[in-house]
Amino acid sequence: MAAPKRSAGPTRRALQRFVRNRAALAGLALLVPLLLLVASYPLWLSYGPNSVDLLARNAPPGMRHLLGTDGVGRDVLARLMQGGRTSLTVASLSVSISLAIGFLVGALAAFGGRWSDAASMRFVDLAMTLPPVILLLVLASITGTGLWPTVWVIALLSWPVLARMVRARLLEVRERDFVVAARGMGAGVFHLLFRHGLPNSVDILVVYATLQIANAILLEAGLSFLGLGIPPPEASWGNMMNAAQSTVVLEHYVWLWMCPGAALVLAVLAINFVGDGLRDAFDPRSGLN
Amino acid sequence: MPRTLRYTARRLLAGAAMLLALSALVFLLLRAAPGDPVDAYVNPSVAMSPQDMAMLRERLGLDRPLPVQYFAWLRQAVTGDLGFSLQGTGEAVLPLVLSRLGPTMLLMASGLLLAIGLGIAGGVVGAVRRNGAADLSLSVIAFLGISSPAFLTALLGLYLFSVRLRIAPSGGMLTAGAAFSLTDLLAHLALPALLLSIGHTALIMRYTRASMLEVLNQDYVRTARAKGAREFSVIARHALRNALLPVVTLIGSTIGVAIGGAVFIESVFNWPGMGLLMVTAVRARDYPVIMGAALIIGGFVILLNLLTDLAYAVIDPRIKVG
Repeated sequence: MAAPKRSAGPTRRALQRFVRNRAALAGLALLVPLLLLVASYPLWLSYGPNSVDLLARNAPPGMRHLLGTDGVGRDVLARLMQGGRTSLTVASLSVSISLAIGFLVGALAAFGGRWSDAASMRFVDLAMTLPPVILLLVLASITGTGLWPTVWVIALLSWPVLARMVRARLLEVRERDFVVAARGMGAGVFHLLFRHGLPNSVDILVVYATLQIANAILLEAGLSFLGLGIPPPEASWGNMMNAAQSTVVLEHYVWLWMCPGAALVLAVLAINFVGDGLRDAFDPRSGLN
Repeated sequence: MPRTLRYTARRLLAGAAMLLALSALVFLLLRAAPGDPVDAYVNPSVAMSPQDMAMLRERLGLDRPLPVQYFAWLRQAVTGDLGFSLQGTGEAVLPLVLSRLGPTMLLMASGLLLAIGLGIAGGVVGAVRRNGAADLSLSVIAFLGISSPAFLTALLGLYLFSVRLRIAPSGGMLTAGAAFSLTDLLAHLALPALLLSIGHTALIMRYTRASMLEVLNQDYVRTARAKGAREFSVIARHALRNALLPVVTLIGSTIGVAIGGAVFIESVFNWPGMGLLMVTAVRARDYPVIMGAALIIGGFVILLNLLTDLAYAVIDPRIKVG
């Protein structure tokens, strides 16, 4: 007897939709080589991000230094690659933290009863009153500069949006029969959160994480550009662009700020394409409006 | 309109409560900052014994519990006393912040007006010439405008217009040392306002286009065409007026984004506004100024949101407030 033919599951169908999305694939085609280059640069580049070539200061792009050198003779390509590592490190760490906070707060709001719901949502409203960049500045003034402070600033800024989305989803899930049954059998909050809440909001989390990585890269670059994020001599795309605050650099040494600017826009565009593709794949209705 | 009045009063009250909560949040956040406020208060060249420090802390009320300190601070704040800057000559915070409010408002208002004009025009063209050459190129420009960060567009704009073409001054609000003249101000304003408007223009354009496409399919547009109205009048009077409703809320809800952009534009162009003030204050860890500026900006945003909601009710009579 032949087994009944199974139709594709929701994850499978989402994947099929993703693969058919041209913009998302283009984003992926841009992103994967970029990641490989950034990850492997010490293997193919003989310059370190902080090694100084005194014979070539402010050298324009050429054979010796593909993207030129900066005012103290550091190779721009090497710093660009190292800056990519910094940006991605800050972005992935801060997104992990805000994922955890956002999911927990959203889930507690949905499952924890009326009071915890009201309290956490009012707090989220409050945190979203201030324009993001202003809150960013307030937080940055407390933590100071450096890798971990920057990670925390971005994480603390971005979790409220996720908490709202998770809450909305789980309020719906809470009323479903299997959850009601689980509660009837005496399931605790922990079981509800991780056995039912997490698997049923995984699509939200994946889409948020992807789009938020792009957002975090922009926030890190913005902070470092203002001199409040990753301090030199550590390389980051934002603090490389900070050099353009000097008119001489802006006018005569354009490769110093245009290269990191281009890298930033390319990376952010690619990630946003992938993120939009994931969102449309998980929720086909979202593409309609 | 007692109903609208009641609604306004309730929203004003909610806004005041929000502002109060915001002040508590900012107060607690800044007290969580490392470093003793007394250290910032004391001139470092004066030797102080630990006893003197303890006495000073007591006199300033810093030994009391945090809620007590907060209410003491609040009592002063409502009278307009937001403390003194820790930098330079130690100016009072409120006048300092208010003096920077004008330039920021000027920059943001001009940027917003530009964005509304360009965005709506672009959106209408995109919808009327759907999928044509103009529509596609506008879409690409809008996409780039949304994706590139404000500081990069600011640098590129500065480089292109001020360094290469030399048609715009490179920063500041007025020519230093020259007598005030309106043309001088406008010359300094044009480039930063244009750059600030890019992101907003792109957003408004996208929304207007989508909204116009929806409205153009409505029965009343077909009716207008059927009764022989000219195409221009159909688009401008029948379609656009109805398509603009969602755009109004968009403009209100993205004010925060514009303020964020203004911070970077002001830094690049040395524009003497709130953003530049706040960035310098953060660098110097000047907490009274950071707090005062954050509060004023928060109050401003709450007020603007209220105004947008009210404007929405006025424009669209179908919306019942209250």
